[in-house]
Amino acid sequence: MTAPLAEPIIIDETDTDIDVTPDTPWVVIVWNDPINLMSYVTFVLQKLFGFSNEKATKLMLDVHEKGKAVVSTGPREKAEVDVFRLHEHGLWATMQQD
Amino acid sequence: MAFLEKPPFVLNNKGEIVVNLSTVERELLRQIFGDMRQLLLDDSDDGLKRLYPTAYHDDAERDAGYQALVHGELLEGRIAALEEVEGTLEESILTPEQLTLWMTSINGARLVLGTRLDVGEEDDLFDPDAPDAQPRIIYHHLGYLLEHVVSALTGTLPPATDSN
Repeated sequence: MTAPLAEPIIIDETDTDIDVTPDTPWVVIVWNDPINLMSYVTFVLQKLFGFSNEKATKLMLDVHEKGKAVVSTGPREKAEVDVFRLHEHGLWATMQQD
Repeated sequence: MAFLEKPPFVLNNKGEIVVNLSTVERELLRQIFGDMRQLLLDDSDDGLKRLYPTAYHDDAERDAGYQALVHGELLEGRIAALEEVEGTLEESILTPEQLTLWMTSINGARLVLGTRLDVGEEDDLFDPDAPDAQPRIIYHHLGYLLEHVVSALTGTLPPATDSN
């Protein structure tokens, strides 16, 4: 058997998807919203990230009182998965590179 | 009277959840979840925007990419959860996994209803004669049920892995 010839890889220099500063971690932020219950937000943070009740409660209170809290950090791919799981649970989450 | 009733969801010592809901309450949930399923399938109601939040605040192009990637998956997940919940609405005992689907479905309905009602941080004084009195009662009832779902499921969480 012969291996198929590899397709040439064309690098698109204009691809905006390449991180300018790839080593800078991304942060996932949960924002305050008037609908989600405080107990529900605490529970979801415990369930998704394995936080203790104390840590999840502290983050939830930051969201409630300061308007937002960073709940996870890491490479872009991990941050996007975390954002997606938070969106699945109806939380208002965004990600940015700090 | 409400404070004399059994809690609607109670974790028993076998790790299952006992459901104490009347026929009327189960019928109300069936209607709400049926309406939600129809809304999700139509995919046009303004209240649904809350179910597909922005991921990239400061990058519209990346956000459009994210939305295109996840919209279908979020939608299918919610529909599948609703169908599962509708199939277990008459049960008197649920597994934590089944109640978790109830939880996300109740919360999804609350998000859509709350967005439509333009609910604020402070609870407005309830006016029984207001034109939106009925959806407001349903919104608050879903919140009451959700509090009890969360309380029952909290007892099923595995030990914390991150307590820093």
